Amino acid sequence: MDYFEVFGLPRSLSLDGASLQKRFYELSRRYHPDGFARASALERQKAEEASAELNDAYRTLRDPVGRTEYLLKLNGFEIGEQRGSDVPPELLEEAFELNMALEELREGGPGAEAAIEEARVKFTAMLDAIDKELDALAAVYDAASAREGLQQVRGLLNRRRYIGNLVSQTAKPAVA
Amino acid sequence: MDQIFDIDFGSHRKTQVIGIDLGTTNSLAAYMDLTGPKVIPGADGANLVPSIVSVTEDGEFVVGNAARRLLIDQPENTVYSVKRLMGRGLADVKDELDLFPFRIAEGSDSVIRLDIGGKTLTPPEVSAQVLLELKRNAEAHLGAPVTQAVITVPAYFNDAQRQATKDAGRIAGLEVLRLVNEPTAASLAYGLDSRRNGIVAVYDLGGGTFDISILRLHDGIFEVLATNGDTHLGGDDIDNKLLKIALEDIATEWSEDLSRNGEAVQLLRRAVIAAKEELSYVPFTHIELEYRGKQYRREITRELFESLIKDIVDRTLAPCRQCIADSGVAVKEIDEVVMVGGSTRIPLVRRAVEAVFLAKPHTELNPDEVVALGAAVQAGILSGSVTGKLLLDVTPLSLGIETMGGVVSKLIHRNSTIPASASENFTNGVDGQTNVLIHVLQGEREMVTDCRSLARFELKDIDPMPAGAARIEVKFLIDANGILSVSARDLRTGREQTVEVKPSYGLTEEQVEAMIRESVDKAEEDFRERQIREARLEADTILAATEKARANDAWFDLSEEDRNAITTAVNHLLLVYHSDDYPLIRAKIGELNDVTIQLAETMMNTAVRSALKGTHI
Repeated sequence: MDYFEVFGLPRSLSLDGASLQKRFYELSRRYHPDGFARASALERQKAEEASAELNDAYRTLRDPVGRTEYLLKLNGFEIGEQRGSDVPPELLEEAFELNMALEELREGGPGAEAAIEEARVKFTAMLDAIDKELDALAAVYDAASAREGLQQVRGLLNRRRYIGNLVSQTAKPAVA
Repeated sequence: MDQIFDIDFGSHRKTQVIGIDLGTTNSLAAYMDLTGPKVIPGADGANLVPSIVSVTEDGEFVVGNAARRLLIDQPENTVYSVKRLMGRGLADVKDELDLFPFRIAEGSDSVIRLDIGGKTLTPPEVSAQVLLELKRNAEAHLGAPVTQAVITVPAYFNDAQRQATKDAGRIAGLEVLRLVNEPTAASLAYGLDSRRNGIVAVYDLGGGTFDISILRLHDGIFEVLATNGDTHLGGDDIDNKLLKIALEDIATEWSEDLSRNGEAVQLLRRAVIAAKEELSYVPFTHIELEYRGKQYRREITRELFESLIKDIVDRTLAPCRQCIADSGVAVKEIDEVVMVGGSTRIPLVRRAVEAVFLAKPHTELNPDEVVALGAAVQAGILSGSVTGKLLLDVTPLSLGIETMGGVVSKLIHRNSTIPASASENFTNGVDGQTNVLIHVLQGEREMVTDCRSLARFELKDIDPMPAGAARIEVKFLIDANGILSVSARDLRTGREQTVEVKPSYGLTEEQVEAMIRESVDKAEEDFRERQIREARLEADTILAATEKARANDAWFDLSEEDRNAITTAVNHLLLVYHSDDYPLIRAKIGELNDVTIQLAETMMNTAVRSALKGTHI
């Protein structure tokens, strides 16, 4: 059973969070091991497994990025491999600058903090833009389920991961 | 055949599942009655059983308040705060050993062994004695054997610490139906009579551990969004600070180092705890010690106290902030903060919590009892007496496996709702390889050396084949107790694969079983005998009273029908009197009691009348 089937949902990139949560609570009441405390060892084991699958499914599907990656995987796309073509060269430049600034900050250089803050704002804005673009692509895919749509989504997702890493670098506490 | 054998034995023997808060400083048990969770008092009438265990010269165990008294006279035979050692290795607790009078025995490698009054005991065995005491208290209070329990653990306890707690339960003869996280248990007790919906934070600062959990309450669902904490932070640390200062004072004033004197340290510890507790209510107090004719007295103001403990309180705040961040809710969305654990009585703690959560903390629940009450609610959920409530908890630490170069590859992230699972495929690295070793770790860091080793799992009896040809799927499952199990399947054949577990810390299954056999504690048998004895004593009393009443005038005022009913009930009681079936004896006592109520009332009235007759008005 795939995660969408666990919830009785069609495979789609967009999901309504509130109704997913409602369904999750309903299914939790049905499968949680609490309801099987007095059942046989075998039934208890089955409840643990069913409940684990439900929780794994919810964790994956409620997160837009996790859900997208999962759907890509179901459609035979490799996830996680970094492809050069997905990361534009100008971003490499910016990433390099950021790393310089981080290095400087570690060595106590003046002005590095401002540069990092500037980078954080810039990359966060990029991330937001990508998320909006992903939403748009998701709507298109969900309407037609065309494989080419997923191809685009995958490219965008890789870019998102790259920028996401940059953002989390800027968020790291400056104290050693 | 007589009707007395139509008794429903089951109804008398229905066992209660109790909830237990196994604390660092104090432990207590609770159960669900028809009106809600109730604390079970100890034999001495006190609700809290100090988590102190002493071994007497005859090798008998003394637990609780009685053991606390022995802490002064026989510190070398007595241990406390053993929870700090649960599921830990010797290297983990090196720092503690300076401050706690633990005497470590030989052979303390992956599990610590304590030398207590000539016995060598592991932390789960010591904790089992505390659990046994609670079990006995519950049996005396409920009048029935207790064999199943829900036990609480700090939310931030790792796999080994949880396993050790479960082992303690088993050694004490309790089937542990569930381990519940302490802050979550508190939220259950807290959210019980209120139909609350919203976001609640639970701040739990106990004797030795600190937890913070953030939950979403939604129509009876208690969903933990995130948890964080420190399993080595609590009231003990505050006591140790004060203790250190007092010892230094005394070293100067008396020119005497008392720090190696077990008796004096315990007396002084008691004095600083008293001062600490008073300072929650008064602006200043004294630490006082009288020892061998010498007197020590030092004033301590709340201001000084607060400056001393500030860094301890501050250490709880980083986990709070991390927990808020992980929960995905904004601080202003948190509706309420619930305070749990004795240390939350300290005003500085309350102020600090208020500052972080921007909400006035709830302190109306007894912070010492709320966890046990919540455990009783969970016991009620598991036994079916509480309906509509469901706890969805999370795993506090990420779970991963060792990969190339000593890097940890995370499989299940922290704050994942449990039960949770993950699968990973393994293959053979070289031709003909028949086993694969998987090193499982818990923690948030990247490198193996920075995470906590949990266990090594060995896949065995893999069919020999060329390198890379084997396809074995390993499934990691964290159950609702937060404890990991691992299973493996050969994907080519579909066969279950043998997995051998070597826990890094704690007892092996064989060791636990040996301890259970050893301690197969006569508790059950003792309980039965005591119940039979008490039932017969009660029967003696009512039979004697009935016999005496037969000579009273009132007896003849009864209808013949009533007299016959009483005679029949007496005979029925006599019939079962020598059996071992104490519920049956009690049932017959009850029946006799029912039919003699009228007689007793008539006698009472007669007595009153005759008494009045004698008085001159």
